[in-house]
Amino acid sequence: MKKPKFNEINKGVRKVDGLGLAVGQSRFTDDYEMPGMLHAKLLRSPYAHARIKAIRTGKARALPGVVAVFTYKDVDRIPITTAGQGYPEPSPYDEFILDNKVRFVGDKVALVAAETVEIAEEALKLIEVDYEVLPAVLDPRKAMQANAPIIHDEKDCYIDIPVPYEPEKNRVARVDASVGDVKEGVKQAAMTVEDEFENQTASHSALEPHCALSWLDDNGRLVIISTTQVPFHARRIVSRALKIPVRRIRIIKPRLGGGFGGKQEILLEPYVGLITLRTGRPVKMRLTRREVFISARVRHNMITKVQVAAKKDGELTAIDLYALSNTGPYGTHGLTVASNVGTRTLPMFKCPNLHFSSDVVYTNLSVSGAYRGYGGTQGILATAIAMDDLAERLGMDPMDFYLKNVIRGGTEVPILKELGEGPVIGQPHIGSCELAACIKAGAEAIGWKKKRGRPGGGRFRRGMGMSIMMQGSSIPYIDMASAFIKINDDGSFNLLMGATEIGQGSDTVLAQIAAEVLTVATDKIIVYSSDTDLTPFDVGAYASSTTYLSGMAVKDAAEKVKRQILEVGAHLLQAPMARVHLSKGRVIGPDKKSVTLQQIGTHALYEEDQFQISASASRISHESPPPFAAHFVEVEVDRATGKVRILEYVQAVDCGTLINPVLARGQALGALINGISYALVERYIYSSRGECLNPNYGYYNIFCTRDIPKITTIFVPSYEPTGPFGAKSVGEICISGPLPAISNAIYDAVDVRLHRTPFTPDKVLEAVQARERG
Amino acid sequence: MEIILTVNKQSRKVEVRPAETLLDLLRRLGYKSVKYGCGEGACGACTVIMDGRPVNSCLILAVTVDGREVTTVEDLGTIQKPHLLQSAFVESGAVQCGFCTPGMIMAAKALLDRNPSPSEDEIKEALDGNLCRCTGYVQIIEAVRLAARRMKAEKKKN
Ligand code: FES
Ligand code: FES
Repeated sequence: MKKPKFNEINKGVRKVDGLGLAVGQSRFTDDYEMPGMLHAKLLRSPYAHARIKAIRTGKARALPGVVAVFTYKDVDRIPITTAGQGYPEPSPYDEFILDNKVRFVGDKVALVAAETVEIAEEALKLIEVDYEVLPAVLDPRKAMQANAPIIHDEKDCYIDIPVPYEPEKNRVARVDASVGDVKEGVKQAAMTVEDEFENQTASHSALEPHCALSWLDDNGRLVIISTTQVPFHARRIVSRALKIPVRRIRIIKPRLGGGFGGKQEILLEPYVGLITLRTGRPVKMRLTRREVFISARVRHNMITKVQVAAKKDGELTAIDLYALSNTGPYGTHGLTVASNVGTRTLPMFKCPNLHFSSDVVYTNLSVSGAYRGYGGTQGILATAIAMDDLAERLGMDPMDFYLKNVIRGGTEVPILKELGEGPVIGQPHIGSCELAACIKAGAEAIGWKKKRGRPGGGRFRRGMGMSIMMQGSSIPYIDMASAFIKINDDGSFNLLMGATEIGQGSDTVLAQIAAEVLTVATDKIIVYSSDTDLTPFDVGAYASSTTYLSGMAVKDAAEKVKRQILEVGAHLLQAPMARVHLSKGRVIGPDKKSVTLQQIGTHALYEEDQFQISASASRISHESPPPFAAHFVEVEVDRATGKVRILEYVQAVDCGTLINPVLARGQALGALINGISYALVERYIYSSRGECLNPNYGYYNIFCTRDIPKITTIFVPSYEPTGPFGAKSVGEICISGPLPAISNAIYDAVDVRLHRTPFTPDKVLEAVQARERG
Repeated sequence: MEIILTVNKQSRKVEVRPAETLLDLLRRLGYKSVKYGCGEGACGACTVIMDGRPVNSCLILAVTVDGREVTTVEDLGTIQKPHLLQSAFVESGAVQCGFCTPGMIMAAKALLDRNPSPSEDEIKEALDGNLCRCTGYVQIIEAVRLAARRMKAEKKKN
């Protein structure tokens, strides 16, 4: 394949919002203020499961400075989901702004608005609540038992799409999909491995806590500035929750301090909206870090069971994967994260017999939601450890085992037809796939063949491990993105789009795509994104969709604008359309005469037959081309303490064309470190009553600079024919590799397989000692 | 209570409440680059330089800063004329969401002020109290090295 030549693509263009952020000029939600602004706080439940028998707010209301207090009695009872997904959401409507029941420690009980934060906090203490404490479900394995307490015994919860929803069994969703016949596959196999794994709950820990600010505009419309990854979904869900039409709501997302899925939830917008509508006053609500830990969303804890089978020569004959997913007390993203356990795992293998099933259950623990990796993390944990084991039992190097079994480009993937989120039209297939190249490049870079299987002796043992992974790029036939571009008289362009910059660099990458088409430097593109009044629709920042899907919309809009530019240019040059072209910001005619974009912009706006050169375009995706990656890690395990140290990490990634290599590397690195941190240190510690005991950075623990090992990131050359300039996604994929890669490396070092994450010293030590005892 | 403090070379006389933190005070005065990330000294998003040393402004009571001198990232540079650390951060990909960036840059500034050519380990140690969830730190460390190199070259020129 000839390498295409680009001007602004595949270039480390400086992040368009970077300098503003670095000099402290940019404003995040909490940096906005309104005159007369109130502050809001939620009273939160001390119990994991309880009914509110009585609630008295008189004393709180009487406190000077308190402007309003709301309980479930003061709001309409409307079932909603906080999941910022497309409509109708594949998540149940099982939550109420305020309810007469609480379902986890931290659940909302009452809402206070006051002149200051301090007064609001004081008022919370004055609210008197009588609870009838109910037995709680604190273990997902027990959620579906016959005598389990029912978490959603109310009659009005339901799901708006035709899938099984059984709250009476604490079951949010079921998935069951297969191709071929797994039993038959196991029969053909020479070796079968069966195993069970469990991954822990985790916090996204975006540095910016959730925040929202609302007020009424000149026409009495509700304006909300918010830390959201999904402004348009937020508008729709606020409309439902508060029973006001969409046209009365405007959502603006300013700079956003990291999301990772944690801000794909409509957590605060309905509350500030409610207060502003009832009081007429602006109000701000910002979560404390503690509140983020206890009441925002977490990664789904899952118990995964897997069976993998292969012939003597390593050819896979069957994979059977099951996930019991703990979605917490609300089913937000329950079904879709679970189905992604299969979708992000099984398509990687040329295996004729596949089965995936899942039960998603309610518990009274933390509410789970979208989290970078979105099920792929959990699926690959189980599969990649079991396959490591299987390869070893067959006497094969796992690398060779993978090379034998992974798909190549241009493959049909029938399992996706069974597991897809949306309608699947035609046979789902995978276009570009350089997974084999990733495996080879990564192994080479870390010295896999030389170093593996040589733990050494003594207290400190070394080990090597690997894993492979995939993600998607958008949700086909469901996600839609759109963009609008117009020219200015100086030849610059405004790019307005719904796509949501959350730190990942979408404003920059999408500006580069527009700049490439319009043949200008990226700094000639002025980006404005994510304002439901001013920008066209986009589903928002999730499902690794932005570069791929919003990128195509921007490219189409830019191409339409380019056509208009050429028309005006041809007219000015008095040349036929067919004989002019656009290059380096000029329309060039047959005799090399040219006009600049500035001349064209000025002409169109001021001189003759004036009109606005502009266009909008929108796109849905027809497929979701997966990026792929292979991870390799070398660890050192201290047999005396159980401490695992990462010596070196290599990741090789296939994400198609790199629109911006600097930002793409940042995505791969950021996801990887989050993944390693998750594998080694992060965890929620719950009391026997279901209360999170470590809701702070001090005890929750995330990686800091000193924990960073030597890392090599390799991008394998690849081109996705359906993507904008050959691109597919890179935002999520690399978070999923560390769990299994590190577990496999620990096995190589000290001969124990760890099945439960994170791999903290206590667990490693216990396993090592158990092995020594025999 | 009334105190006098210097923020970004400007002396200010301000009324402070007894429980108010320096973080809240600075934000109230309009220095919005100083961020709340945890409020308990564990994330570094609120880092400012006080009398030459990086501090977590969320841990300091405003009443105790009478007579002190505080610098925030707003004082280093502007979009038109950024500080070398600021441009190095952007070029190296050290700014993703940018929420940790002001604190991170102030911690790096304090380091480079006392140690113009830090080793990688010294950079890691100096930034250890500043969390970043987006970048994985690698490009931040690269940015500090790049800025250090450029600052030294600049010094030589003058
Ligand atoms: S806000 Fe001060 S250290 Fe986190
Ligand atoms: S860039 Fe987002 S927290 Fe550092």
